[in-house]
Amino acid sequence: MPYILNTGADVKAMLDKIGVASVDALFKMVPDAFQLQRPLDVPPALTELELQQHMAELAGKNKAADNAVCFLGGGSYDHFVPAVVDAIASRSEYYTAYTPYQAEASQGSLQAFFEYQTLICELTGLDVANASLYEGGSAVAEAVLMAISIDPERPKVLVAESVHPEYRQTLATYLANIQKEIITLPTPNGALDPAALQNHVDDKTLCVIVQHPNFFGNLEDVNAVSRLCKEKGVLFIVSFDGISVGLLKRPGQYGADIAVGEGQMLGTPMQFGGPYLGMMACREQFVRKIPGRIVGQTVDRNGRRCWVLTLQTREQHIRREKATSNICTNQGLFALRTAVYLAALGPQGLKETANLCLQKAHYLADELCKIPGVSLRFKKPFFKEFTVQVPGDVPTLLRKLLDAGYHGGLPLGRWYPALGNCISIAVTEKRTKAEMDGFVAAMKGAIR
Amino acid sequence: MVPKNVRYAETHEWALVEGDVCTVGISKFAVEQLTDVVFVELAKLGKKLAAKEPFGQIESVKSVNDLYAPVAGEIIARNDALEKDPTIVSGDPYGTGWMVKIKMTSKGDLDKLLTPDQYEKQIASQGH
Repeated sequence: MPYILNTGADVKAMLDKIGVASVDALFKMVPDAFQLQRPLDVPPALTELELQQHMAELAGKNKAADNAVCFLGGGSYDHFVPAVVDAIASRSEYYTAYTPYQAEASQGSLQAFFEYQTLICELTGLDVANASLYEGGSAVAEAVLMAISIDPERPKVLVAESVHPEYRQTLATYLANIQKEIITLPTPNGALDPAALQNHVDDKTLCVIVQHPNFFGNLEDVNAVSRLCKEKGVLFIVSFDGISVGLLKRPGQYGADIAVGEGQMLGTPMQFGGPYLGMMACREQFVRKIPGRIVGQTVDRNGRRCWVLTLQTREQHIRREKATSNICTNQGLFALRTAVYLAALGPQGLKETANLCLQKAHYLADELCKIPGVSLRFKKPFFKEFTVQVPGDVPTLLRKLLDAGYHGGLPLGRWYPALGNCISIAVTEKRTKAEMDGFVAAMKGAIR
Repeated sequence: MVPKNVRYAETHEWALVEGDVCTVGISKFAVEQLTDVVFVELAKLGKKLAAKEPFGQIESVKSVNDLYAPVAGEIIARNDALEKDPTIVSGDPYGTGWMVKIKMTSKGDLDKLLTPDQYEKQIASQGH
């Protein structure tokens, strides 16, 4: 906890310095009628000790991912974060720095972002990555804004219902005052049906957005979607899972034009939902349309390697209302964490992590489905997350599981009324066999 | 001295009319204001434009600027060489640095453009 000194003598010294008699005098310009003429109606101040005890008590009411075995997913995942990530990201040179506006004075930050961009290009199989966006949802929306600037004439934005519902909500918000039509394609079988997509893709279609693996954990038929897009000159936007590409094809390999994703799973704890990291990469032909900061590598006048912010003329501080985006910052600290995480794991580590997730998720799915009344909702290949149908009232079941020490999964009825009896269960490499067996036993007990 | 055989837009595009086809580029003055040109992007063939509607963008090391159609019509040709080598615009803005050819919908638009003399006065007041 920071300790900030503010004694009566300090206050007086500051007031004397600026020539004001009292703190109250600073508020003189606020008319009397708008001033509160009494103390705030709050309890008396606590001592430092009492305050710490009070806050600890409040914090104790939370059940974080560390306090119960976590099977939650849906965009935020309990993956392991190696100690090297915190060790490097907490260095004050990085930790206290904001996005560099006098960019080239911060060569260390720029180098880190350049490394990050390089790793994201490798992860996505695409040519160019930006220095990051805010999180997975706004990254999807930014990808669509980018598509609009690439191909302004086409009016239809197609998005699969199996894309994270909150990402779709963010997209709808971004496009609320833009003359484009968002068409949500139903996914009753747990993934987009390419035959159904074919009826919607035409020369009025701007882009198709899928998430792969999707919100239900299932794999999409990305090759078929990509083919349909290419036939009609439609931009193919993919929201990808950064761990899954350890095993699955990378977006660039199956024809994605723009790949975006949530970076939390790559080196950042769940931390109650944020702040997170938006990853974005695209084909080189779209480099002038990609939003946000891009770091480039060059040489200084003495021929030494150095880094600069490049293509800044597209950005808001120069191009004003015609900029590629209103984003003129990046999620620097989390981009750094992801760069360190990916560098620490390497391709082999990422592959092993992805394989553990896959194997464990399938083990747990098999075991859960042995419980009478529990079954997989979709007959689709899945990666680290799956959707099960359960008997009885879902909130009651999840409450019982939490009491037994398990964050048992995400109830899907909140976004998909037809899936009111379903929960989504995510399994990361952190889950042990003992934890999964314990969870199955707890589920059995809770259903009985 | 600006070329006398073309008309000019206030936004620094020049327009050379032959029959109902108008060839469009940007003036030497505009090129000098932009400094080093690094990228030129032109709208697709067949795009229909209103007068003063953007038909592309030109990017220099300092800024990105829209290029505005001096006349209404349809783009029937683009100078694709500029995408590979945008410096052609700086080297020969009135010749090989042309950008698009527009098949005009009405010749009336031409009357709204500046004459060479008017344009010279405009840039004299804008110059440094």
